[in-house]
Amino acid sequence: MSNPASLTWLAGHELRLGWRDWTSLITAGGRTRTHYAVIAIIIFAIAMHGFAYWIVAGYADTNLSSDPTTLVAITATLVLSWSLLLSQAMESVTRAFYTRADLDLILTSPVSSRKVFAVRMGRIAVAAVAVAVLLAAPFIDVLAVRGGSRWLAAYGVVAAMGAVATAAALGLTIALFRLIGPKRTRLIAQIVAAVIGAAFVIGLQVMAIFSGGTLSRAAALQSEWIRAHAPGPDSLMWWPARAALGDYGALVAIVLFSIALLGGAIALFSGRFGDHAMAAASVGSARVRQRRGSLAFRRRSPQRVLRQKEWTLLLRDPWLISQTLMQILYLLPPAILLWLSFGVHKEEDEYVVLIPVIVMAAGQLAGGLAWLSISGEDAPDLVATAPIPASRIMMAKIEAVIGMIALIFAPIAVVLAFDAVFAGIVAMLGVLAAAAGSTLIQISFRVQARRSQFRKRQTSSRVATFAEAFSSISWAATAAIAANGSWFFIMPAMVALLILWGVRMISPRTQA
Amino acid sequence: MSASRPISLATRSLCKSFDKPAVDNLDLTIYGGEFYCLLGPNGAGKTTTLRMVAGLLRPDAGSIAIDGIDALSHPEDAKQITAWLSDEPMIYDKLTPYEYLEFVAGLWRIDTKTAEARARELIAWLGLEGQAHDRCEGFSKGTRQKVALAGALVHDPKLIILDEPLTGLDAGSARQVKNVLRERVTAGGTVIMTTHILEVAERMADRIGVIANGRLIAEGTLDELRIKTGASGTSLEDTFLALVANEHAQMVAAE
Repeated sequence: MSNPASLTWLAGHELRLGWRDWTSLITAGGRTRTHYAVIAIIIFAIAMHGFAYWIVAGYADTNLSSDPTTLVAITATLVLSWSLLLSQAMESVTRAFYTRADLDLILTSPVSSRKVFAVRMGRIAVAAVAVAVLLAAPFIDVLAVRGGSRWLAAYGVVAAMGAVATAAALGLTIALFRLIGPKRTRLIAQIVAAVIGAAFVIGLQVMAIFSGGTLSRAAALQSEWIRAHAPGPDSLMWWPARAALGDYGALVAIVLFSIALLGGAIALFSGRFGDHAMAAASVGSARVRQRRGSLAFRRRSPQRVLRQKEWTLLLRDPWLISQTLMQILYLLPPAILLWLSFGVHKEEDEYVVLIPVIVMAAGQLAGGLAWLSISGEDAPDLVATAPIPASRIMMAKIEAVIGMIALIFAPIAVVLAFDAVFAGIVAMLGVLAAAAGSTLIQISFRVQARRSQFRKRQTSSRVATFAEAFSSISWAATAAIAANGSWFFIMPAMVALLILWGVRMISPRTQA
Repeated sequence: MSASRPISLATRSLCKSFDKPAVDNLDLTIYGGEFYCLLGPNGAGKTTTLRMVAGLLRPDAGSIAIDGIDALSHPEDAKQITAWLSDEPMIYDKLTPYEYLEFVAGLWRIDTKTAEARARELIAWLGLEGQAHDRCEGFSKGTRQKVALAGALVHDPKLIILDEPLTGLDAGSARQVKNVLRERVTAGGTVIMTTHILEVAERMADRIGVIANGRLIAEGTLDELRIKTGASGTSLEDTFLALVANEHAQMVAAE
């Protein structure tokens, strides 16, 4: 047993907290649900291995060598994965700064705060590495089984990527903190994390659109331009790819480099972490004065007052906007494709690529907005004691969500309609159906929560999260097939309606 | 005295159970222009009672009438003349107090000119002028509670229901809230309030109700309660503890 307040003792404490957070996340706080969670994890792992087999099995037994095309493809995959890891790590570091939690206890205890924060940074790194390894494991396992044990080296590469992502996230967040101060860092760090998470995918799609007019990500990586401008085969840039291919020398080098980088970052930043966290904790007490043109009360109906309140609260919360930004960002490539194709005669079946992306984004965005409006009501007692029937309150909230979705997506549908009327109408109907579906799911699984718990909404009800995703996918498929002029759109539409019916049946509100 | 006064709140045979009965056949009668304090140990059923009266919980059985309006069959009419304030001020961080009052006035369909004048009056009354156009996100608990109280009063309710409104307030803020409530009662409004601060009940209440295990075990003025316990001249704390201990002893004996 380690001595109290020693590094190992603190690490044990952090690990215990981390484990309990994770199990609570998986079981949604219910102890009795542990065995269901284990069964679900096993099923998920088998499904992921099946998915991985479908994606990478073909590459495993081909004799992949360190030729430029292979190195470019693997490096691009690693950079894509790393950008997502960096995004997640930035999110974790920002959260560690801005969550007061046990900060007072730590800073008033006689233990060196440097030691405590060093361990806490280590916990973020362990979490980042664990997530990376867990997500990569099915692919690596399939490659190792089909192509030999050399592929197991990829585990080391993934772990190193997690460590480097954490070190970079620490550096980036603290640099932001020093450059723009604690008040703006929270928002900017969230936006940077969201943009980093989406940038690579979007970048590739944009390149692909400009080069070939399609959304295929692989097209850009095979281009002549990339081959001509890629560094030589001995470049350090290819070491991670070489390591993943089983070059043990490169593997040892990148693992050592990642450990040194993470250790250096922790040593460098742990001393000031407490000061930054204290500065961040005091941000909440800053006053924001609201200027308004007229101070006179406006005459509005209760429903309009409720809708206006929802929109005002959302527009005044940049953190919430940044949280929903990811879904809007993915609209960028289709928007560019639309812009490129505008005015040029297109067959309507070409919109099959574009419309599902728009419909899917609308469904996901509506889910988030509906949660904020319905579950994230910060004054539920006030609204419930107002002299308005509950059904009208709910209707006003639904109108607020659908209104916001219509405002965002109608211009895209209108531009689309100028080019192809039928495609524009189908896109808008798909958007409205997906938004209505997600809203209905959120109504069925509404809980009382604070808006600040928005990040946790996906873990409060996994059924709602999956139902929302599958409903959006089904409506996206419906719209894509309908835009293609086929009556087969009825099939995914039926699936979407079945999902909604199932949600109503298993909703805690229906059962109560 | 009571016969000449209109009844502001009447509950009859009110029942609500969760795992066990929380409110058990509760009959309450509170008169217009009265300051009524509902006391009881933790888990006695005070908050459940008030939440049912405010329309936040549906009773399992019984009736609730507010100013003669059946609150269960005509909830909107009852809510129009009622205000609810809990111990945890639930306001919107991203709205200013002024905007919050505008929102509440809109929900209660108050004429804009009247609501605006009342909002300005309440803001001044509660000493919120300096913060009226700041977002609520940085406010202390006391200031948030004052904003919530202003929201509860902006539609000029006849019945104000407060659940532990003084919890966590500093002495200055607590006094301001008490003054505002007392002035409402003087102006003819009715206040029903739960509190664990017995000194507040002793000083402010016209009548006190003591509730235990979901039942009203004693009710009256402080002197009437003292007579009931047979200990005149004692503090409300002693009287309250004696009443609760007596109820507990009777329950144990019955079991």
